[in-house]
Amino acid sequence: MNWRFIVPLFLTLLLCAFLMIPVGLSVTAGLTVNFFQGVESGLTLRWVAEVWRLYEGTIYLSLLIAVSCLGVTLVLGVPMAYVLAKRRSRLTRLLEELLVMPVAVPGLAIALALLITFGGFREFRMSWAFILVGHVLFTLPFMVRAVLAVLSSIDLKGLEEGARSLGAGFFRRFFQVVLPNCKSGIVAGSLMVVTLSVGEFNLTWMLHTPLTKTLPVGLADSYASMRLEIGSAYTLVFFLMLVPLLVALQWLGGPTSPRRRSSIDPNRRRRP
Amino acid sequence: MDRRDTPFLILLALPAVIVFSAFFLLPLARLVMVVGEGRDGLATYAVVLTHPRYLESLVATMVLSAGVTAVTLALCGVVGVFLTRNRFFGQRLVVAMLTLPLSFPGVVVGFMIIMLAGRQGLIGDLTQALTGNRLVFAYSMAGLFVAYVYFSIPRVILTVMAAAEKLDRRVEEAARSLGASTWRVTRDVIIPGLAPALVSSGAICFATAMGAFGTAFTLATRIDVLPMVIYTEFTLNANIAVAASLSIVLGIITWVALAIARSLAGTTVSAAA
Amino acid sequence: MTGPGLDIRLVACAKTFTDGTRALEPLDLDIAAGETVVFLGPSGCGKTTTLRIIAGLERPDPGGRVVFAGRDVTPLPVEKRDIGMVFQSYALFPNMDVAGNVGYGLKVRRIPAVDRRRRVAEMLEMMHITELAARSVDQLSGGQKQRVALARALAVRPRVLLLDEPLTALDAKLREELRIEIDRLLRNLGITAVYVTHDQAEAMALGDRIVVMERGRVAQVGTPREVYLSPANPFVARFIGTLNVVSGEAADGHLHLPGGRLALNGAGSIPASGRLSVAFRPEAVAVIPLINPGDQPHPDGGLIGTVTAAFFLGDHIRLVIDGAGESAIVALAPNHHRFTPGDRVHLAVDGGAMPFAEG
Repeated sequence: MNWRFIVPLFLTLLLCAFLMIPVGLSVTAGLTVNFFQGVESGLTLRWVAEVWRLYEGTIYLSLLIAVSCLGVTLVLGVPMAYVLAKRRSRLTRLLEELLVMPVAVPGLAIALALLITFGGFREFRMSWAFILVGHVLFTLPFMVRAVLAVLSSIDLKGLEEGARSLGAGFFRRFFQVVLPNCKSGIVAGSLMVVTLSVGEFNLTWMLHTPLTKTLPVGLADSYASMRLEIGSAYTLVFFLMLVPLLVALQWLGGPTSPRRRSSIDPNRRRRP
Repeated sequence: MDRRDTPFLILLALPAVIVFSAFFLLPLARLVMVVGEGRDGLATYAVVLTHPRYLESLVATMVLSAGVTAVTLALCGVVGVFLTRNRFFGQRLVVAMLTLPLSFPGVVVGFMIIMLAGRQGLIGDLTQALTGNRLVFAYSMAGLFVAYVYFSIPRVILTVMAAAEKLDRRVEEAARSLGASTWRVTRDVIIPGLAPALVSSGAICFATAMGAFGTAFTLATRIDVLPMVIYTEFTLNANIAVAASLSIVLGIITWVALAIARSLAGTTVSAAA
Repeated sequence: MTGPGLDIRLVACAKTFTDGTRALEPLDLDIAAGETVVFLGPSGCGKTTTLRIIAGLERPDPGGRVVFAGRDVTPLPVEKRDIGMVFQSYALFPNMDVAGNVGYGLKVRRIPAVDRRRRVAEMLEMMHITELAARSVDQLSGGQKQRVALARALAVRPRVLLLDEPLTALDAKLREELRIEIDRLLRNLGITAVYVTHDQAEAMALGDRIVVMERGRVAQVGTPREVYLSPANPFVARFIGTLNVVSGEAADGHLHLPGGRLALNGAGSIPASGRLSVAFRPEAVAVIPLINPGDQPHPDGGLIGTVTAAFFLGDHIRLVIDGAGESAIVALAPNHHRFTPGDRVHLAVDGGAMPFAEG
């Protein structure tokens, strides 16, 4: 043991404390009768019940939007990823670049653009579909990337040629050979999409209406206007929703944000 | 490559292209046009870049983001290298804890800082017990700074650890065998080796901080960071042209930062927070 | 089992890739029904491109035609050509087990499940992999994978079997074993087969005819015997087996070299004098150890040189000899001789040498 080990270790633990203590405090606060007086005031599920009473709707809506968002990104993103994996041309590169833009451009700007363009369509503007559109734009790149990463790591060309030599046409190949072999990417992308959609705030805050509040919108609302215990209890509910998703992601091999997945190597050799 | 597949491929790509064009490209084009239709027309860009209030907020946001980036890189550089170089009990848990906040939305991060440095926060309790004065900084620029560091750490540490794992330890051993001190090895071998990862994750960190809205929304109702200004202009002042031009400026800054990151690291990056 | 193979005709098949590189110069070739033709050459010679054109994975440049049994199949994609194909990378489907892979082509052809199962069992038995039926393809060794790939390609009773370097990814012993198996299969099935390889031993063993290719062109087409014994040009000669090439002055029917002189055969076509190169195979050299330091080369033609390296290879000894020609000469000697570096030897080239025009 020397200072070269002790000092960084201390710093590491300090960072852990910095990140985790507030989580612990928040969980405690959500279960404490009166956080100002401390845990001595007793533990209770009263605040969680209160959150449920006040914000039940936001939780259902968030789940509904997350599942719909997953459905849409699967239908749009997986075929798109296949097209991008199969054809590397100037056009598909541009397409990929554009598809990823909603991740790079701040949600606020996208939300503003959506409001300006579609704000006049009242029915659409007032429905949760409006929020869904924002979520789809934001999560689609993650689905595309996750599937694309797997497609470019397997011998897609070889598999397809194998299938073709046995007489399989385009759609048979797509459904029987391509899709089953990028299952891991689809699963990783799906978890990512659901996690991001459930937690999305930047776009959602601008796009929501009083009747279409999602969980993070409700969270912001409770932080601003409710007592600390309720905000904490609500955060606790959110954490509980995240746990299965995070466990699943971890089980798939660590945090799988698309930036951890390498993109297609532009120098990858291909038969022209 | 078989041209016969092309019609089918177009068919597969079509849904995504249509949805994306209708709900992203078209609205983005509208956003740009709205600026032109505003009171000052395209001069709105000049206005937002010269008007003291907007300019100050732009500069303040950039300074804040740059500061957050520098601090996060320094912290994560040390900790990331340490975690890849040493094996100790509970290490996996430590890594899990350091990356957990990756999935926290910005509002939740803001709330974490309220728990830490808010009116009923831990730091307030501790400072009151120690000095008699309650230290509350969650709602100030300092609180915003700490919050941004909070959500930046998980993003940067993953990249640094991935890069540190790829460093060739033999180069370090060679440097040591030539008599280099720990400091010199760090300066001459480790930091240059990590440089691409540091630059790219730094750019991600900067872009994320520039565009962070949820955190600012929770903490900084009184601080004019750019996303808050855009939000206020749009909702309270109904100054759509200014809000649009500011968000375009912001979008360009983050997009450029991320483009730099990607060209250096070859990855796609996220500016979500 | 499989019906007799069909004959294939390639007419003016050329291939230029979109980036402008010419992979294949116009090629005409007739492959008889049931014949095994091996395309042999270094990487980039166009052999794989030719195979892919036959398969329908690439289209020849306009004007080129692929004809199967009199029927022009040029516009047909691979999935409509009813061929079987075996890939170097195996290209097995990881999402299916062995039986699933073997039965896939039958499933595509909508063969009823009962018949499919029977046929799959038959194929697995033929390839001696019955016990692997339920295995995932990830659990197979390279040799097993290639057996599955062969079974899969043959299950649909194709009339043409195309093999793209099927043994390249395997180690030497397995390669030998599978080569014998493939040979047996091709003979028994009577199927038309096109086999691509860069391994001349494989080509010699399997091919009824060998097509040697070089830089997009056919260098020679012939039986293994023809290609080995009468190579059409120095490239073919060098690519197939080891070749000694020596240069010297030609005079009075002999080539004069540092270590003596070689009798030139077929003197009619050879210039009576001047600089000339000749070539001969290592096994054409008869090596005799010399005992007396004063020994002279045989007056009818012979060379004297010094052994610089001797490799005992089991069934023969491979010698590298200096001093006989301007460059080293490789020769084979029976394994009962003993040679050590420094030994002086007498070389006689059996049946004379092949003259080269390259001067």
